[in-house]
Amino acid sequence: MSDTAGTPLLRARGLRKEYGKGEGRVRAVDEVDLDVGAGETVAIMGPSGCGKSTLLHLLGGLDRPSRGEVSLNGRRIDDIGEKALARLRRTAVGFVFQSFHLMEELTAVENVELSALLAGRSPRAARRRAEELLEQVGLAGRARFLPSALSGGQRQRVAVARALSNEPLVVLADEPTGNLDSAATLDVLRLFEGLHEAGQTLVIVTHDVRIAATADRMISMRDGVLVDETRLTGGTTGRLGALAGLGD
Amino acid sequence: MGRILLVCRLAVRDLRRRRVEAALLLLAIMAATTTLTLGLVLRDAAGDPYQSTREATSGPDVVAGAGRAAGLSGLEELAGAPGVAGHSRPYPVAPATLQTSGRTSDVQAVGRDAAPAPIDQPKVVQGGWVRDGGVVVEAAFADALGVRAGDQVTLDGRRFEVTGVAVTAAMPPYPGSSCVVATGCVNGVVPDGRTLPEEMLRNPGLVWLTQADVRSLAPDPGSLSYVMNLKLTDPGQAQAFADANQGGALFVQSWQGILEDATELARDSQILLLIGAWLLGLLAVASLSVLVGSRMADQTRRVGLLKAVGGTPGLVAAVLLAEYVLVALVAAAAGLAVGTLAAPSLTESSAGLVGGAGTPPMTVSTAGLVTAVALGVAVVATVVPAVRAARSSTVDALADAPRPPRRVGWLIAVSARLPVPLLLASRVAARRPRRVVLGVVSIAVTVSGIYVLLVLNAFLGSQPLTGGYDDAQVEVLRHVLLVWTVILLSLAAVNAVVITWATVLDNRHSSALARALGATPREVSAALAAAQVLPALAGAALGVFPGGFALFAAINAITGGDSDRVTLPSLWQLLAVVLATVLVVAALTSVPAHLGARRPVTETL
Repeated sequence: MSDTAGTPLLRARGLRKEYGKGEGRVRAVDEVDLDVGAGETVAIMGPSGCGKSTLLHLLGGLDRPSRGEVSLNGRRIDDIGEKALARLRRTAVGFVFQSFHLMEELTAVENVELSALLAGRSPRAARRRAEELLEQVGLAGRARFLPSALSGGQRQRVAVARALSNEPLVVLADEPTGNLDSAATLDVLRLFEGLHEAGQTLVIVTHDVRIAATADRMISMRDGVLVDETRLTGGTTGRLGALAGLGD
Repeated sequence: MGRILLVCRLAVRDLRRRRVEAALLLLAIMAATTTLTLGLVLRDAAGDPYQSTREATSGPDVVAGAGRAAGLSGLEELAGAPGVAGHSRPYPVAPATLQTSGRTSDVQAVGRDAAPAPIDQPKVVQGGWVRDGGVVVEAAFADALGVRAGDQVTLDGRRFEVTGVAVTAAMPPYPGSSCVVATGCVNGVVPDGRTLPEEMLRNPGLVWLTQADVRSLAPDPGSLSYVMNLKLTDPGQAQAFADANQGGALFVQSWQGILEDATELARDSQILLLIGAWLLGLLAVASLSVLVGSRMADQTRRVGLLKAVGGTPGLVAAVLLAEYVLVALVAAAAGLAVGTLAAPSLTESSAGLVGGAGTPPMTVSTAGLVTAVALGVAVVATVVPAVRAARSSTVDALADAPRPPRRVGWLIAVSARLPVPLLLASRVAARRPRRVVLGVVSIAVTVSGIYVLLVLNAFLGSQPLTGGYDDAQVEVLRHVLLVWTVILLSLAAVNAVVITWATVLDNRHSSALARALGATPREVSAALAAAQVLPALAGAALGVFPGGFALFAAINAITGGDSDRVTLPSLWQLLAVVLATVLVVAALTSVPAHLGARRPVTETL
């Protein structure tokens, strides 16, 4: 799946991830080729267990592929050391998880500033940036609240703010609305729309067609393989787009 | 009955499922129970050989001495005093200087008959009894000098052959010998700046000669002292008899007083071991609290299931407590067995008494106290998490919701200004303050023990005769200190590793999250290790002061020791102890911290 004009920001070639040995070997991601352009939003859809999250982890350097290449901004990231990967996650990638993964003992603003502190920013600069981001996601009034005092949607908005803290090249979101009710989903949806409009590169793994509909491209995945791609701004090229009523 | 069976079954099954943790628990409690057992059996173990010696030598109930011949009349009066059943005649005693193979020592030479005496007939353990020109040396003194039957010695320049080596119950073994010469004696180290009379004997040993030989050693008959051994109609009244007749020209000592002096070493060893046992008990509580805490976290779901199928909070608490009570009982039994078997190596009651200590008898009170301490350690460490688990919400427990971490706002704010490893470390530490306290206590207790060991070791090395210890006895005390050191350090090491591992497990999620946000594995492992090292630094500092000072002061107060005689560790030694502790803790914790930080992020998240 390489339908991006110019040099892609994120590029995967022959990406494979295997678990287990011998008879029990499972191929979670199988020979995936993918290009994501700068400022593009790509939604990856597919049934549970098809390898979407694994692919996302490989793209963000959270996990290493068994085979294949991943490049970010023209630089290979599949063969670099742990330290360099950590630096990459700190500066170039922002993650949003389905379960939010906020530190329960830190307030919303402390959670958001954590990435900046890890990146070595001064406490004052980190706090200022965190407050700006919370205002951006509509949680300025909840900055001093602990996660336990926030609703699911608010927690996810904090997580999104945290992902944006270091102005990453790409935000990778894994089922960002998977644990949210409809109202909260709508909040997050608007947030992603806003990011998209602002030119933020986004790769979103989702089951939610409404989230996927905000993307430039919707890619379908099954059994570790990318099976279909729908270009939402330029018309669908596959079955899923037609099924979702998004085709031409 | 069914409920008890259920509780036992669940406890045993869970212990079998987690064998490594069960073994660690067992070791921690056993370290304390073994040391406690050693301490408790030591007294009896040392007292027994004295009783055996008393029986084998027809030991006296009271020993009376008189300086100069003028005191003889006093002794004769004493022999006729009410309550006296018999006596062996006053024997002459002369001070002398013994030389052998380049070694010189003061002695009290007692003149005895060649024929056996009805009261206090020293038991020959090597060679034969006295004859003209022959000397019999008290066994502990012979041991210290390295002389055997057949060797040649000189007394005040005159040659004598060592005809035998013997033990007696009429005097504590060397170097604790009582003084029966008119010139006076001093045992131990002479305080600086204090001059003693030239003729006063220093750490004298005991030898027996024929009466004629003793008289020939004395410059004039009037300078001889005399000693007489008495049997009373009621040996239990010996101390009262001695107290009533003490004074004037007479020196009177009861068999209880001699026993007290003879077992001084055992008493000191016992005090050291008992203090060690309490320190180890504290360490065991710290160790257990961490182990139990982390096990309870793993058992949340099990607790939920038990409650969901109808288990009451009481039953849940009973199941959780039962596991540790079972471990404590096994640890108590093992500690009693190991302590009893190991005791003889620490109860070399000196060569001056009949028979080795052998395997000391196990008394009901010793077994009861050791078992109670083991159970106490287990219950103290378990009761809070057990009750907390029993009271938890069934729904939360079924969902396996972890206990929420603590928030320490000021620390979070301050840590934002620190480098990444310290930032993460201080937040890791702040999540579980109780665990940090346990870590600090564990290290403080260990360092306090090390402080005391340093002081005692230096003391034994520089002033071996202080307190009346000879080389062999110093070796025994060094064995005691070695046992202390090994068990203390082992348990502290286990604690450091266990606390780190519990921290690693507890922080799996936050560590993975930090890595997802860009922290390197090295930063995360450094943070996990630093979260232990910082409390270790605090613990080591507290362990030196006030911990070590207070512990040493307590030992001094209990033993009646003179703290002026000891050399306290210098500042650089204390700094070295603190630094070494921090380095050792860093080394010990680096492995589990490293393993924890290497865990793949995606697996955890």
